[in-house]
This record gives sequence, C-alpha cells and structure tokens, in this order.
Amino acid sequence: MTITSSPATDRATRAWSGRSIPRKEDARLVKGQGSFVDDGGLQGQGYAWFVRSPHAHARILSIDCAPALAMEGVYALLTGEEARRQCETPFFAIAPPPGSLMGEWPLAVGKVRYQGDAVAVVLADSRETARDAAERVVVEYEPLPAVVDTVAAADPATPLLYEEAGTNVVWQGVFDYGDVDWALENADHVVKIERLHFHRFTSAPLECNGAVVDYDLGTGVVNVMSNYQMPMFAAMVIGPTIGVPINKFNFVSKDIGGAFGIKIGFFAQIAALALLSKKAGRAVKWTEYRTEHMLTAGHGNERTFLDIEVPVMSDGTILGVKVRAFDDAGGYLHYEPLGAVIWSQVVPGCYKLKHVRVDYTEVVTNKCPTVPNRGYSRMQHLWMIERIIDVVAKELRLDPVEVRKTNYVQPEDYPYRTPNDCVYDSGDLPRSLDIALELAHAEKWRARQRELGTGSGRRIGIGIGSTLDSGTNNFGQSRIINPALPFSGNGEAAIVKLDLFGEVNVNIGTTPQGQGHETTAAQVTADILGVSPDMVTVSTGFNQANNSYVGFSGTYASQFAVSGLGAVMGAAEKLRRQIVKLAMYALQAPEEDIEVSDGFARVRGDESRAIPFIGLANMVYANNAGLPAELLSEVDLNARHVYVPPFQVPDPVTKTGNLTLTYASQVHVCVVEVDEDTGEVSLLEYAAVDDCGKRINPMIVEGQVHGATGLGIAAALYESLDYDESGQLQQPSFYEYHAATALDIPHLDCGSIESPSPFTPNGAKGMGEGGGAPLHAVCSAIQDAVGAGGPVVADSHNHWARVYELLHRDPAASRGVEVSSRKGSPSVATN
Amino acid sequence: MTERGTSHAISVTVNGERVSRVVSARQLLVHFLRDTLGLTGTHIGCDTGNCGACTVVVDGKLVKSCMLLAPQADGGTVETVESLAADGQLSDLQRAFNEHHALQCGYCTPGMLMSATYLLRQNPDPSADDVRRAIRGNVCRCTGYVNIVEAIRSAGSAGKATLATGSAEEV
Repeated sequence: MTITSSPATDRATRAWSGRSIPRKEDARLVKGQGSFVDDGGLQGQGYAWFVRSPHAHARILSIDCAPALAMEGVYALLTGEEARRQCETPFFAIAPPPGSLMGEWPLAVGKVRYQGDAVAVVLADSRETARDAAERVVVEYEPLPAVVDTVAAADPATPLLYEEAGTNVVWQGVFDYGDVDWALENADHVVKIERLHFHRFTSAPLECNGAVVDYDLGTGVVNVMSNYQMPMFAAMVIGPTIGVPINKFNFVSKDIGGAFGIKIGFFAQIAALALLSKKAGRAVKWTEYRTEHMLTAGHGNERTFLDIEVPVMSDGTILGVKVRAFDDAGGYLHYEPLGAVIWSQVVPGCYKLKHVRVDYTEVVTNKCPTVPNRGYSRMQHLWMIERIIDVVAKELRLDPVEVRKTNYVQPEDYPYRTPNDCVYDSGDLPRSLDIALELAHAEKWRARQRELGTGSGRRIGIGIGSTLDSGTNNFGQSRIINPALPFSGNGEAAIVKLDLFGEVNVNIGTTPQGQGHETTAAQVTADILGVSPDMVTVSTGFNQANNSYVGFSGTYASQFAVSGLGAVMGAAEKLRRQIVKLAMYALQAPEEDIEVSDGFARVRGDESRAIPFIGLANMVYANNAGLPAELLSEVDLNARHVYVPPFQVPDPVTKTGNLTLTYASQVHVCVVEVDEDTGEVSLLEYAAVDDCGKRINPMIVEGQVHGATGLGIAAALYESLDYDESGQLQQPSFYEYHAATALDIPHLDCGSIESPSPFTPNGAKGMGEGGGAPLHAVCSAIQDAVGAGGPVVADSHNHWARVYELLHRDPAASRGVEVSSRKGSPSVATN
Repeated sequence: MTERGTSHAISVTVNGERVSRVVSARQLLVHFLRDTLGLTGTHIGCDTGNCGACTVVVDGKLVKSCMLLAPQADGGTVETVESLAADGQLSDLQRAFNEHHALQCGYCTPGMLMSATYLLRQNPDPSADDVRRAIRGNVCRCTGYVNIVEAIRSAGSAGKATLATGSAEEV
C-alpha cells in the first residue's frame, strides 16, 4: 500500500506535510462568517417543530391535530400514522432477527418508546408559531411500564418494547478466542469482579442537529442541507423507506458545529422532514433545540459488565478475561447493533491477552437511542480492560505500572495479531507510559501521597489510562452481526481539479466538524502539486453534487488522515501526472525533464521554458482546437480518486478478521486530590501521550488530543445521563447536564511519539476519537486514592457522592472483588 | 417573523450602526441579531443560558443574548463578533485564536471571542486563572479549553510582550 517511494511524496515530506501551519478554516470562523445550518434557509420555507412524547413507554390512543391546524400561520402537520402510510418499508435494519423486527418509521407509530419520541411534526410560518402549534396537538397516551434497567431488559419476564419481536434482546453472541477455561484452570490466581458499569453520556456538540429539507416536486430531488455527518449512510437508510433513490437526494453540508458521532443519529428526522416538505409543497427548516437534543439526538452506549473472571500468573502476566456484557441501545436501533462488534476491534486492549470470552447481549430499553459517540463502543471495552489491570494490580499487590509494562504489546511485537486476527500496526506503549509518568511528575506525587498519610482529610491518587483508537473501519465486520449484510471494506473519494484559471480545487466526501480538513488536505495537495497551501482551495463540507463520495463517506471513526487524505493524495497524484503530460506537449520536453513547482510546469534547468497552471488550464478548457485527441482523452485536469484500504471480508463464524486498519495509542496519567469529607475530586495534573504515526499537522493532532481528553475528563467527573424508574431523563438541559467548563478541565501536558503505520499511504493513523483514556485515568486515580483494601471503583462516572461512598463504604460490605488462588501458587495478602 | 402578539418598535445601535425595527414582544435578542438583522455570527447552543455561544456586549456589559428579549435592548448598544474585524483586519485576539489553534468547529468561537474581548478590556494582562474564570460561561466541546486559554493570554499585554520568547505557558 505504501507509496513513500514516489518522488512526489518525498517532496511532500520535505515541504508542507508535517508542519503545524495555522488552519485555513479559521479566517471565516473567527469573524463569525462560518456557514452553519441554522444560518441559512430557502425561499418560502416553513419552520418545523416536532411533537414529542412526555412518556418513556406508552400506547398512542389518539392524536387530535385540529386545534393546531386551526391556528393562523400553520402550513401542515404530519403524524406518525400518516407518515407510515407514505412509506414503503421501515428503515433499513442492520440486525438480523429478532433485532430486524424492531422496525422504525420516520415518526412513532402506535407506541412511543422513549421520553421525547416524536409522534408528529408541525410546519408553520415561523419558529414561534410552529412551537405554539405543536403544543396544541392533543395526544392521548396509555402509559406502559418503562424498561430502564439494561440487564433486566433481557429477562423474558420484562415488558416488551416491540411485541412483534417477542424479546427486548436485539442481538446476542459469544466472542470466544483462545481457551479461557483452560486459562482459568491453570492460572495462579483468578480475580473475580462482580460488576463494572460504563455510564451513558454524550459528547453533546455545541451546535444541535438541524436541516433545511426541500422535496422538489418538479424533479423529485430531495435537497438536504444539514449538519448530518455520514450523508450517504442516511441516504441508504431512509431512501428505500420514503421511496427516494440515491441519485434523487442532494445532501449538502457546510460548517458543522461539532458532531462526535452524535450527528449520525438523526436520519429519522430527515425522513420526516422530507415527507413534510412533500406534503406542504415548500422547504422546511428544522433547528433542534438543546433540550430536544439531550432528550432525543442520541446518547453514547451504556454497558454493564458482569461476572468478570481474570486468570493471572503470579508474575503479573494476565492470561485473558471472561465476561458477560450487556449493552443498552435505547428505544430504537439508530446504528446499533453495530456497537456489538465494533468493540472487538480492540479485544485485548493494549495487552497481550490470549484467552478472551465475551458473551455479549444488546437490548432495547425505554431510553434515548444510542448512537456512535467519540470512542464509539471501543472505549467501553477498553475501560473494562483497564479496570481489570488496575484491580489485578491492587488485589495482587503489584505495581500497576509494572503490570502494564509486563502485559503491553511490546514495540518488537508489531505488527501484532490479536486473538481475533486484528492487526495492531505499530506503537511503543512502554515508552509512551514512561513519558506520561514523567510529564505528570508521578514520582513527586507518589512521595507527596506518602507524606500526606492518614488524618489529613485529603488523599492523592495517581491513575493511568492506556487505550487504542482504532481507525478506518472494515465494514465487513458488520457481517459478524448479520452475515446477510452486503458490506465490507471502506473507502473515501476526492477530486482534485485544476480549474479554468489554473486554480487548484479539492472536493472530498468528508464532513469535517472542526478537524481541519481544509488545511491538511491543502497541505498534502500542495506538496504533490508543488504549490503552497494558500493556493489550494478545499471546498467546505460535503456536496453530493460534487460526486466526490462513496457509500461510507463522511467524518467518523478516526479515519480522515488515512482514507480522506489517501483519496486526496491519490487524486493529486493523478492530476500531477496529467499536468506533466500536458506540459510535455506544451513544452516539447520528455517526461523526465518536466518539473511542477510554484504553479508552473517547467523544463528543468531552462528558465525560458515554463507554462503556468492558467496556461495549462486554458489549453484544456477553452483553447483545445488542434490538441492531439490522444492527449485530450487522457487529460481533463479533473482527477478523481477513491482510496480503498486493503481489507478482506471477516469470518462471521469465528468472528475473526482484520476489522480496522490503524491503531493510534493514548497513554494518559492523571493525578487527583480527593477530599475525604465531601468526596470532591480535584485534578492536580494531567498528562497525555498520543501516538498516531506520522502527523500531517501536529498542531491539529494535539488539538484533537486536547478535545478528546477534555470530553473524557468531563464524562468521568461531570457528565452523566441518568433515567429514573419511569424513564424520565434527569439531565435534559445544560442546567442539569453539566457540560464541563474551563474551570473543570485542567491544563493538559501533551507528549507524543510517532510510530508510522506501515499500512497507510502516508504513515498516519486516524486519531480524532481517542480511546477514552481519560475515563480510565481518572477512575484509576480515584481507585489509587481509595487505596488497597478498598472497594473497586466500578463505575466510569464518579461524581462526588459516588466517591464519598467509595471512601466510606462499610468494611463489612462487598468490595466488588475476590481472588481465588490455585494450590501451591504464591499466596496473596488480602484485607 | 409574524406579529400576532404585542409588537414593539425598537432602535438599537448594533456594531456602530443604528437600526430600527418592529419586533415581536417575545423575540429574543439573539434571534433579532440572527434572523432580523442577518448577523449569524452569534450562535445558539442551548436554551438555558448556560453555553455562552450567543455572548455579545450590550451597553458595555457581557450578555448572553438568549437571555434578553429584543425589546429590552431598545435604545442600547450591541457589539457582536462581526464588530471585531470591522475594517477587515483581524484583531489581535482573533489572530491569536488562529495562531494557537484555539478553535476547532468554530461554533463557540464568536461567544468565546466576545467574552475574551470583554476580559481584556477589564484586565489587559490576565493570568490563566483569570482567563478560565472569565470564560467559564462559554462552553467549548472541541478544545478542552487548553489552547483557548493560551490564545487569550497571548493576546493580553504580557502575552504580546513575551510572544517572541515562545508560547504563553499556563502557570
């Protein structure tokens, strides 16, 4: 796959790639001239407002629209039943039965399945009228018992969300690698942890969802101007439902105010808006508001791990893990159950675990549907693995640093094949840990911790989180969930064009939300075409009309540096070859004498023989009479390239295969102070060492590290989404959901190492999601502060009350862990 | 914007220009700026006054424009993000945001810039703690605030003085 031998790329390494140049996007954004979805609109548009259920689980008995329709300024109203009558089939299901029987329509039909479920949508001449009218839609409900407990949802005695499916279990499967029974029998010690719980939260992009949808009745084209982050996925999911072929969609996005995976979740709204636009005969504009977002836009996966058994040898070598996992998809399957396989990109975490058995069950509950959320599905598993490492160290009185170093995949092991045949491409975890410990002054804090001793009322804790950000998915892994799915591999498209006056323009199929694609795409293009990034225009956002897309286009799953830039580099190389060909004709020189630099094609060593890009463009676009037909057939100065990563289809029977191309690593160290009287946790120091291979723009990479770390710390300490027993969300706005502020996130000390990926066109690895290292680093530091003999920190969210409970738990109560040792193995002191 | 309730005729000086409009009594200042005047640089990120994306300066005070009705600004002076590079030249602060990579998606940026502009008017040489306190009402979901703090400090007088010696390390 590597093309590092090409002269163009060698030039690239020397020039713009690898440099922290300031971003091109910023000029408009700092002036308030960004173009976000709510900033625009269409002539004659109406404003849409969804009518949403106050109940978590209820039957819809009747909907009376008359009072709303009687209001002046109301254009149209669409109910779930009416929408369904216009649809051909429920949305495309990823799951096989029984999950496939849990169908979803654009609006709720017959039942509501979570608080905020949309039962109708109103269109009016202003936002305010639409809102008032929505309040006048009278819906009669018959409340049903709410299913909120993830594990209990799987119990056949629990009420059903989907009677037609006969179960709340979406998907269940056993991932069994190596021989964990043998390992448990032969280990010196078996550490058993009762329960670990990864909590529900959201990255909550600051810009809520939004769309302007215009169903053009004349052409049948559905124009969708939105901030949706995976447009062609939406088209594939909703197209068959609302009867619109792919080539009659026109998805467009411009600036997007953060997404983090959450903006993959609102395809149902887009479908409803399309039907509403069709009915009303005018464009519809919908701008989600924050409370609506928190209730309905999508949450990250909540996962409960039960009966965790860890076979360990006395020297600290961990042989594997056996665990039951219960994942909570919420009320509808918006991307699930893909999460049920996505986690297996990182089966052994950062470690050489050989024997792993995960019995995985995914259920529906009466909560907001889950959607991919930065670190999607892997961070839950990685957090569990990290908990195991710390708990093993604690129980066996081992140093958690040494246990990690003993069990890490070592630098010489790469490329490392995991028990399920994923291939870790490169890295140096032990060195990353050393750097992180030094940056966080771990030794100093360890001494301070001892000094403090008991009686001070304060405790110091030092914690580690080491995770992986697996990037560039092989969509073939979906077949492990459902062998009938026609998906595998991945790809991204780009077009690099020399425009009429010789301008360099780049179109990509991605939907950047702050990742700086305009800048990094300009950097790699500049290197290949011998211009400066200032001379490269990268179109903002996604436009289906550009034809620079494939099925999985978009910005998600940590892949732009590989697939997005792979596409751009491929297209720029093609364009460069065309420029050289054209210049050979124009300058009457052989290929080896042509050089492309500073916006000219030149004959090397002869100043007088050069032609500017504008001249080349003119020859092709506006002055082509007499040019050889053969040349014109090869040169159109409009180069499209699709980057396709080298994947095979995984084996759905053994659940093995290479599921992801790259693995960036994150090793974070966190120092906390815990107040014994209040349970309050203060962050004293935080260090993050990331390794994502070659960095195209180190400043942008570090910005992503900051962002992923900030959100991880926020989730660990401040942000949680909890439902009461009736299925009411306890944090439906930013009053209750404490979106972390500048006072909550400490200064972050960042280090980095670069272990180039041998599998990518540029040595880079995707890295934007991070692996959720902060969630564990904070947890681990709290565990350290709780101390040996204390209870297991069993939840990924630790607000002050939970920490207080950990510090003051009755010594007679369960600590959540026990150790059994094989006869003859060195004994372990336990409290 | 239809007028079915009480409406008010208001005059507001926005970014140095006096504008007079008839607005609905219920119209929020942020919607007046965005929808009525087309100043879409001021953003909306929540519905509870917590996020600060809509921060502007009204009569010299820092205000979340979703927490004020448009008629309440009658007779007043409003400064929005569009005023910062009024002559087309980026302000020191805007340049610092670019140089320090203090923005990613850019959605919180206008509000953040207004809070920082206000801070630097009150305190030309803020410490890192001063900055963090000053922007605590502005939520950013992308940056972890690290580079925002550095950018604002570097745009302060001490920051500018030490610019030659390297980045404004947080202390």
